[in-house]
Amino acid sequence: MITVSNLSKRFVVNRRKSGLKQAAKSLFHREREFIQALDNISFTIPDGQVVGYIGPNGAGKSTTVKILSGILTPDSGECDINGRTPWKQRREHVAEIGVVFGQRSQLWWDVPVGDSFDLLRDIYRVPEKRYRANVAEMTERLQLESLLRTPARQLSLGQRMRCEIAASLLHDPKVLFLDEPTIGLDAVSKLAVRDFIREINRDRRVTVILTTHDMQDIEALAQRILLIGKGKVLLDGTLEQLKQEYGRGSVTVSYSAGETQTLSGLEIVEQEMGRLTVATNGTREDTARVIAQLTGTLTITDISVKGPDAEEMVVSLYRKYQV
Amino acid sequence: MKLYAKFFSMHLRSVMQYKTSFFLMAIGQFITAFSAFLSVWFLFDKFHQVDGFTFQQVLLCFSVTLMSFSLCEGFFRGFDTFSSMVRNREFDRVLLRPRNEIFLVLAGKIELSKIGRLFQAFLVLLYAVPASGVEWNLQRVLMLVFMLLGGVCVFCGLFLLYAAICFFTVEGLEFMNIFTDGGREFGSYPMGIYGDGILRFFTFVVPLACFQYWPLLYLLEKSDSLWCMLSPLVCIAFLLPCWALWRFGVRHYQSTGS
Repeated sequence: MITVSNLSKRFVVNRRKSGLKQAAKSLFHREREFIQALDNISFTIPDGQVVGYIGPNGAGKSTTVKILSGILTPDSGECDINGRTPWKQRREHVAEIGVVFGQRSQLWWDVPVGDSFDLLRDIYRVPEKRYRANVAEMTERLQLESLLRTPARQLSLGQRMRCEIAASLLHDPKVLFLDEPTIGLDAVSKLAVRDFIREINRDRRVTVILTTHDMQDIEALAQRILLIGKGKVLLDGTLEQLKQEYGRGSVTVSYSAGETQTLSGLEIVEQEMGRLTVATNGTREDTARVIAQLTGTLTITDISVKGPDAEEMVVSLYRKYQV
Repeated sequence: MKLYAKFFSMHLRSVMQYKTSFFLMAIGQFITAFSAFLSVWFLFDKFHQVDGFTFQQVLLCFSVTLMSFSLCEGFFRGFDTFSSMVRNREFDRVLLRPRNEIFLVLAGKIELSKIGRLFQAFLVLLYAVPASGVEWNLQRVLMLVFMLLGGVCVFCGLFLLYAAICFFTVEGLEFMNIFTDGGREFGSYPMGIYGDGILRFFTFVVPLACFQYWPLLYLLEKSDSLWCMLSPLVCIAFLLPCWALWRFGVRHYQSTGS
């Protein structure tokens, strides 16, 4: 159980104009600016949930993850993860979480991955039996057999990411933080990583907090979405709820005969010779209503239905909240 | 300690991936340190005594300083290069492990190629110990051990201080090298030869003199004051404020970027 209440964090940024002269000037006189990275954030996450934590760059996602994982101390606010405050009982806390940063590695560059795993076992004091079982399970699920004997520097990004995720699960964490786990991966690796996260969540009841810009990750994994922008929680709900509220779909038909003027109550997006696109709110009922009306009036030769697109939805959300 | 051994073996295995590079580095380290030795030697070619110390006695001082410095540089490398650890966010990773941060930074970087310098210091010490004219007894041997220990403490403290400052500036401060690398160069000679002002500074502010000049006076029976005997303890105490500043820094760690 993760409870966050009224978390705030402010950073001091020293600004200066570009150029050598300005750089010299800034040696003596610094313009300070405060950035409110987090502004009174509150939420609760029950055990075993997969939460997609989304927001544009600079919204405060990483800051939240860093605070929840005990790296940073917030200016004010409370946070309780399984009965502990991360920044106060850091060592006890981090023993129970796993963190994957998509853009940084925790594996040793020059030694085989298996050796890195062994070292992690010793750092986390994982019992030998538990460790063996975990490595065997990861190896099977992520197909790591040959990778374990390869130095990390010789792995492809997809292979490395699989090893990274395995490495963060060796000590049976209760909470897993994934910071852009699929960034830069090819389609096959992305799917493998997603499937694995889903399995781990299902089989081990690991709470997963996933920050990503890839909406397919969110669609595939997140049971709940937290949208953050300018340091505030803007939206909290399931993807379905979001779709209902903000999703938009459309129905496009090609027709050979009929009058479009007689159509009423439909929002026409685009119309050209023999082709018509009508907007829907994305739900099945609305789509059915639109199709019924269209087929009633026009002689249709071709029809295509487009559902709500997560990517577009997020763009319209960002626009709505101006973040 | 067992975990440290594991880390050590990881470093060894990493280094062995680039054997040639490692040996060249170690030889390079040896040669660099050798030039410092030569400069002492050439000096004594012209003057036979410096402030009452003979060549061999200065070498004793030289080797103690060099040895403690290279021990620190090898095993405290993580703090020496701490600014890069903060900048590339490696330190985030350190904070994500359920272990002491100082231990993890310490174990996270071990610069084995410094063995070249250490080896040199060892050779010089081997020569200087019998040649310095010290009448060795148990107390004096113990004193030598404490000098080395004190030296390690002072340099470690300086590295720790340097690392603590990185928490606030992100960039490392080059002026700190005056005390670390500079301290090594200065420390080639007994601190007393630089005059009272500098001696006082290196006794009360940065206690470099406390592990070489003062105890050396005791070893050579130039002074038998209690202060000279106890001065290496000051070096050990020097760690305390450095450690406190480090703790303060960790609590104010800001991390960088996304």
